[in-house]
Amino acid sequence: MTQLKDKKDRGTTFSKPLFRSPFYDFFAAQETEGHWYDWNGYKSPTILSDEELEYFSIRSTSSVFDITPLNKYRIVGSQAEEFLNKLTVRNVAKQNVATVKYTLWCDQEGFVIDDGTLFRISDNDFRLCSQEKHLPWLIDTSHGFDVEIIDESKHVCGISLQGPTSASILRLLGINGIDNLKPFHLFQTKISNIPIMISRTGFTGDLGYEIFMKNNVANKFIERVWNAGTNHGLTAIGYNALNMARIEAGFIVANIDFISSDHAIRPNRCRRPDDLGLGWLVDLNKGFFNGKKAILNSKLEDSEAFKIYALEIDGKEPAEGSVIYYNKKDEVGTVTSAIWSPMAKKSIALAQLKLGSSNSKMENLWVEIYSLKELQYHKLMKKVSIVKPPFINLARRSACPPSNC
Amino acid sequence: MQSVEKNFDVIVIGSGHNGLVNACYLQKAGLNVLVLEKNDWIGGAAVSRELHPGILYSNCSYVCSLFRPEIMRDLELPKHGLQIVAIEGGTVFTRDGDYLASFRNYHAKKRELERFSVKDSESYLRYSRDILKQCRFIQPLLMRTAPDPASFKFRDLSEMLYILRKVNDLTASELADTVRFWTMSISDFLDEYFENDVIKASLAVSGIIGTALGPMSPGTAYVLLHHYMGEVDGSIGAWGYARGGMGAISKALTSSFRAMGGTLLNNSEVEKVDIRGARVKGVILKNGDEYLAKNVVSNADVKRTFLKLTDPEHLPPNFIKKVNNFKIRGSSGKVNIALDSMPNFPVISENNPCLKGDIHFTDSIERMERAYDDWKMGTWSRDPFLDMMIPTLTDPTMAPPGKHFMSCFVQYCPPKVGGQNWTKENKDAFGETVIQQIADYSPGFKDKILHMEVRTPKELEEEVGLTEGNIFQGELTFDQLLFNRPIPGYAQYRSPIKGLYMCGSSTHPGGGVMGAPGRNAAVEILKDLNLPDTDIRDAYEVL
Ligand SMILES: Cc1cc2nc3c(=O)[nH]c(=O)nc-3n(C[C@H](O)[C@H](O)[C@H](O)COP(=O)(O)OP(=O)(O)OC[C@H]3O[C@@H](n4cnc5c(N)ncnc54)[C@H](O)[C@@H]3O)c2cc1C
Repeated sequence: MTQLKDKKDRGTTFSKPLFRSPFYDFFAAQETEGHWYDWNGYKSPTILSDEELEYFSIRSTSSVFDITPLNKYRIVGSQAEEFLNKLTVRNVAKQNVATVKYTLWCDQEGFVIDDGTLFRISDNDFRLCSQEKHLPWLIDTSHGFDVEIIDESKHVCGISLQGPTSASILRLLGINGIDNLKPFHLFQTKISNIPIMISRTGFTGDLGYEIFMKNNVANKFIERVWNAGTNHGLTAIGYNALNMARIEAGFIVANIDFISSDHAIRPNRCRRPDDLGLGWLVDLNKGFFNGKKAILNSKLEDSEAFKIYALEIDGKEPAEGSVIYYNKKDEVGTVTSAIWSPMAKKSIALAQLKLGSSNSKMENLWVEIYSLKELQYHKLMKKVSIVKPPFINLARRSACPPSNC
Repeated sequence: MQSVEKNFDVIVIGSGHNGLVNACYLQKAGLNVLVLEKNDWIGGAAVSRELHPGILYSNCSYVCSLFRPEIMRDLELPKHGLQIVAIEGGTVFTRDGDYLASFRNYHAKKRELERFSVKDSESYLRYSRDILKQCRFIQPLLMRTAPDPASFKFRDLSEMLYILRKVNDLTASELADTVRFWTMSISDFLDEYFENDVIKASLAVSGIIGTALGPMSPGTAYVLLHHYMGEVDGSIGAWGYARGGMGAISKALTSSFRAMGGTLLNNSEVEKVDIRGARVKGVILKNGDEYLAKNVVSNADVKRTFLKLTDPEHLPPNFIKKVNNFKIRGSSGKVNIALDSMPNFPVISENNPCLKGDIHFTDSIERMERAYDDWKMGTWSRDPFLDMMIPTLTDPTMAPPGKHFMSCFVQYCPPKVGGQNWTKENKDAFGETVIQQIADYSPGFKDKILHMEVRTPKELEEEVGLTEGNIFQGELTFDQLLFNRPIPGYAQYRSPIKGLYMCGSSTHPGGGVMGAPGRNAAVEILKDLNLPDTDIRDAYEVL
């Protein structure tokens, strides 16, 4: 395999360590507050103007969020399907062309490396999107397959258009077929000669779309979208607003809600799909895939592992970073993500808990919240109930054809 | 001359940083301690001397990471002026006119790697993860006396159990990784992660520094770990400068020692340890002076201690044989240079901070291995591998503004040339080889040189007292680590002679400016004297 190099950066890596997405100028122009963070090596906004208003645009009008920093791997070749079947836990043979599936991949010990979305563009052409970088792992796994792995991350950009009016905006842009696009389906089209790939997917649990394109058309594209959104409440948003929506939707994030096995250095930090509540993705009936044997074996053991749970918490304080107790005294785990949910009107959380194999502890769980008010902590012990995610269920998310607003 | 009392509780031979750490802890425990140093400067290989007016050198060691923070705190070294500052940057020049820089910023570093291989830039994550895992395994062992596996004493058994328990925490595959790691070559290890030669060369450095092995020799992966298990303010694997040069560490230790009432004498070379009836009585200096103490701790390496300073009649033959066979081959030299102005490296833009870190010119593993071939043939490398630094870009105290001190650690350089002693011509030619390599990348470099100190293993042996010039007081191979360091049965800082101890880098956990050998030896000595070691804190927990 030839060595892929990116030579053009010489002399500038230290002065601008973070990349700018092709949409950077657009988002920077929307900011009034200027809170930025490092998302996968890109300078990305946390808040552009007002976190809550940005959040409400997702739930009430429409939001545009830059998803360029995601890693995007193009996987093409006559054995692309076989390769992906070895790499990921789902059965790719069952995935139809023009659909998108949420999936996971594991190391040889069955520990989850990352989760992501797999776009089947044609029989032998896929795009895999993920939070973390995986080129070495993909290349190592591809040994012996007729498949080419192309890291498109820096050449392809994307935005996520989410919210009740998002379909209307796309209709205004003249995208035929938006009415027939079902959740987790995709098609390729053009907006005034700009080629795009559009899918009805997102990280919000709401009606929404993700749109990918080549970097060089990004400016033209975002300008058209922005204009089309003028009368539909389209708002540019940063990560914080999206994060609220994704917690409500019950989605987990690698290295926030669980540690990727690529990052884990301490014993007992790695997680198997079952521990993430995602055992249903794993197809143990298909042939060999990375981690299969270990996952099978682990089913025979009494699981002592931490598992991820969705929690509703009494009271109104969010429980970010709090410790969870059984019977108010035995530590059983920690909250990994938490907010007060404006949609559910509840304090909600995702947490990793070690409850053992019996369910007896579930009824007697408590969270210790330290709520800082005017330089003093109020120490609260609040009742916790385990619930089945998502925390909110919106009919418009899956309605087809999508509603106007 | 001020008169010094002749009677002490403990005499420490040598003011290397380990001797000083040991002396400080013992003095702090209430003993009356005398440190005797042969040179008219202190610090052994952790030394800074002003060899050109206004310009302070780090004559031997030049960067700090391993020095245990627990020791700095116990001995109040910050109060005595010690400051360790983080370093930015690093670079390898390549022969095709490019360079691979490295930065503290993760993304800047990653983007540099991407210029050479996108895949490798991503593999770096798993590589760091796996090294960190190994560091976590070994770090807690540094500040504990290694168990004697042949002993049935409770503490040895429980210490063995401690190690086994740590081993037990590992999964089967992690254990396999650990065993492989402790025995494989750095080149093979890097091949498991990386494809690009420049990247591999830049990382292989730590596997051969101070080691009489090439990057393809088994055992060099551990040496890398040895250089990675330190920290600067909790950032594992990071290296820093001691403000004022590495001698600042010895200076702070001396100041702490004296503040506690300890006595240190320079120009006092010990000729013999005075042994009467199988126990220590004191020491005799070269100048005939005698000092008495029931306990003598040698900071010199194990060969010097037992083959030169101790009469063989007191030592069992097996012990002498093992000491004789202790591997302590010198492999490194040092060229220290005072510069009139900052050298110019045309491929690097002026504002690029990468020159503040370590600068290398060796861009392939093969070149490193070839350099080692020369050493095996008994000569210095014609195309040596340099670990070069310009601390004055970070530290304003070592030279006037605009002037610079440049430290060049050079590998490989043999203790003898073709079996013969070093001559002046050879030493000059060695220095010229080094200068020429720098000048190849920095036009006009030679004109900037104000003064230069060339040190081959011969000087390191004669001046610092390191046998064969081995910078670690003994090689860091698995057969000479843990309970085998320096030799099996004597890994707990004691010797066959009652009252005679060792505390230098020849002992566990080995070389580098770490302080752990000196500290651990103090724990054992206090134990023998039935004194509490409450002032010696345990290692910080590794969470
Ligand atoms: C060129 C070079 C570069 C290095 N670079 C680094 C680096 O960058 N970072 C790092 O962490 N480590 C580095 N090291 C290694 C590190 O410096 C040493 O391992 C460490 O300083 C050894 O300390 P020590 O106290 O164990 O022994 P030494 O420093 O060897 O101290 C022994 C002392 O005993 C004295 N002595 C010996 N015999 C007698 C006698 N008969 N009577 C009286 N006194 C005697 C000596 O003069 C000396 O002062 C380097 C070493 C060298 C030589």
